[in-house]
Amino acid sequence: MQIIRNQRVEEDTWQHVSDGEPLVEGPVTVSLKRWLEERDTLSARGDIGVRLAPADELDELLADLAQISLLVLEFPAITEGRGYTQARLLRTRHGYSGEIRATGDVQHDQLSFMQRCGIDSFVVREDRDIDDALQAFGEVSVRYQPAADDETLIFHRREQG
Amino acid sequence: MYRYDNYDQTLVNERVAQFRGQVRRHLDGKLSDEEFRQLRLRNGLYYQLHAYMFRIAVPYGLFSSRQMHTLAHCARTYDRGYGHFTTRQNIQFNWPELEDVAKIMEELAKVQMHAIQTSGNVVRNVTADQYAGVAADELEDPRPYCEILRQWSTLHPEFCWLPRKFKIGVTGAAEDRAAIRLHDIGLELVSGENGEVGFKVFVGGGMGRTPIVGKVIREYLEKRHLLTYVEAVLRVYNQLGRRDDNNKARIKILVRSLGIKRFRKLVEAEWELSRDDGLELTTTEIERMQGFFAPPDYQAAGNGAAELEQQMAADPSFARWVKRNTRPHKVAGYRIAIVSVKAPGAPPGDLTDAQMDGIADLAERFSFGELRSTHEQNLVLADVAEGSLQALWEGLKALELATPNIGTLNDMICCPGLDFCALAKASTIPVAAQINEKFSDLDYLYDLGELKLKMSGCMNACGHHHVGHLGLLGVDKKGSEWYQITMGGSAGNDAALGRRIGPAIPIDGVADAIEKILVLYVELREEGERFVDTVRRTGIAPFKERVYADHP
Repeated sequence: MQIIRNQRVEEDTWQHVSDGEPLVEGPVTVSLKRWLEERDTLSARGDIGVRLAPADELDELLADLAQISLLVLEFPAITEGRGYTQARLLRTRHGYSGEIRATGDVQHDQLSFMQRCGIDSFVVREDRDIDDALQAFGEVSVRYQPAADDETLIFHRREQG
Repeated sequence: MYRYDNYDQTLVNERVAQFRGQVRRHLDGKLSDEEFRQLRLRNGLYYQLHAYMFRIAVPYGLFSSRQMHTLAHCARTYDRGYGHFTTRQNIQFNWPELEDVAKIMEELAKVQMHAIQTSGNVVRNVTADQYAGVAADELEDPRPYCEILRQWSTLHPEFCWLPRKFKIGVTGAAEDRAAIRLHDIGLELVSGENGEVGFKVFVGGGMGRTPIVGKVIREYLEKRHLLTYVEAVLRVYNQLGRRDDNNKARIKILVRSLGIKRFRKLVEAEWELSRDDGLELTTTEIERMQGFFAPPDYQAAGNGAAELEQQMAADPSFARWVKRNTRPHKVAGYRIAIVSVKAPGAPPGDLTDAQMDGIADLAERFSFGELRSTHEQNLVLADVAEGSLQALWEGLKALELATPNIGTLNDMICCPGLDFCALAKASTIPVAAQINEKFSDLDYLYDLGELKLKMSGCMNACGHHHVGHLGLLGVDKKGSEWYQITMGGSAGNDAALGRRIGPAIPIDGVADAIEKILVLYVELREEGERFVDTVRRTGIAPFKERVYADHP
């Protein structure tokens, strides 16, 4: 399957294992619940990713962030907005530097907002044109406020000239 | 007023191009109706009963003559020759074609206007006291902070999909004319213990189907922390606000279910962690923004006051207009003039393209080229020299915008109702006409004194009926239109929700019922007592008895 990663279309190398399914070779993601239950065995593997639902609390995961190379945030609908805050807090407050991925009802018009909140890979909905979605990042170049990017509050930027 | 720089202009231009792309993808079948709906709402584009409806932002109700001319041009070119001013100080057009909307946006962008975030579950147009900067009872002009909030909230990446819409209102005056206690966040400029001006912060107010008066979350907030604190409130709301039921998703429901103490604790804890994240304002930045709202070049008073007095003595109908439709100005020699968009026979808040052009010219001649829209759906020329009032009045009369009815029963707030709105349960415009017809005697209206009538065609309460001294709520009963009457509400410092006086009455009987209420008020009132104060003193029981006497 193709995904957008760092603004390029790439093949997804991860396998996403449901709760109760056996683990497979190679990089896998599991739910937060499974991670918390099987942390000891899972952390012995190489690349491990954890999937977060919108209502999941980040607190439970904070101590483990260094062991996790991918966090997948779920957006069950375009109207779901909690993942933006999750991503931003992971980046700016908790210093997470691994990959953060958006999955679910993810399309063109959410991407630049998601990117600004620190999400760097995107599973664009299958029935949507992934190349078309790539165009989203440059649509609005002006950013008035800081998020998880390097932006400066517009009023500071004007003062700095 | 605020002027765009290159950043602002680029953002608005790019947003137009982005919208064009969204329309194209929709027409190409790459965005479903529902997906396109979610996106177009973020640019103020609704689909209503008969056609698209396009809502344009008038940030904190302030705009220029040039911008008004553009609105007139758009009304003429892309609509049916009129526009409607809303209770969020915005303007909406009821008949644009989808393929024209991007063109309208382009025309707006040329005069530094846009429709960004006039709908959708985002931070909406920030509203303010319509007399900001000129009111005698003002501590400080709220508009610089409104503009700071506008920019911070525009395309905010974290808060672009909130549980529900989010409204912020700001005032700097002693009398709350911006209904800040009925906002998701209300901000009042106040003096702190050290004498410095900061904000008192209210949260969780709102109307709609669950009306709630906002609570104080913070007695005093330093100005430099305006954005850090508001962002902390939004972040808590974005995480915890309900998303399972649209009717329970506003912040007021969250604040009510947690209780203000617990909600405050959560916000303060979040704020501790995030207040240094780069949103703190410097004094220089605030002063720079204040510079955009510096007073115009007022002339010394001269003998305008004496001249005005003579003119009023010579012309009673001019005198009546001055008395009813103007307010004191903080600068000697000037008055605030209110343009009544409540002429009998015209839908409240509606202006034709010719009226828009005409009033833009009058603002140019008599009020430094600036206009304001009010949440009570009138317009204001804020800086009129006393000696110019008569000429302004003549001009307004010619435009049929000089009805001397501000503050009276006929100066009612009214949503578009069943004639235009897909959500409405009852029509409002014919009820307004019915009331105007019944109460056409101005002297009678003046005798009744201040009386705020607010009417909504459904429980979403766009017409603010909960906070009317007299409130009217349209309901549907087995396919026919009925109205519930509430009494005793207020949107001001004494904010309160009106109480229902009894079962709904048929739409044809609304004006008659109001008449019964008013007759009883005149019997019951004490010397100089306002309608709402009488209702508070006597309770609603006597009114209920009178209205339902014949129909128990």
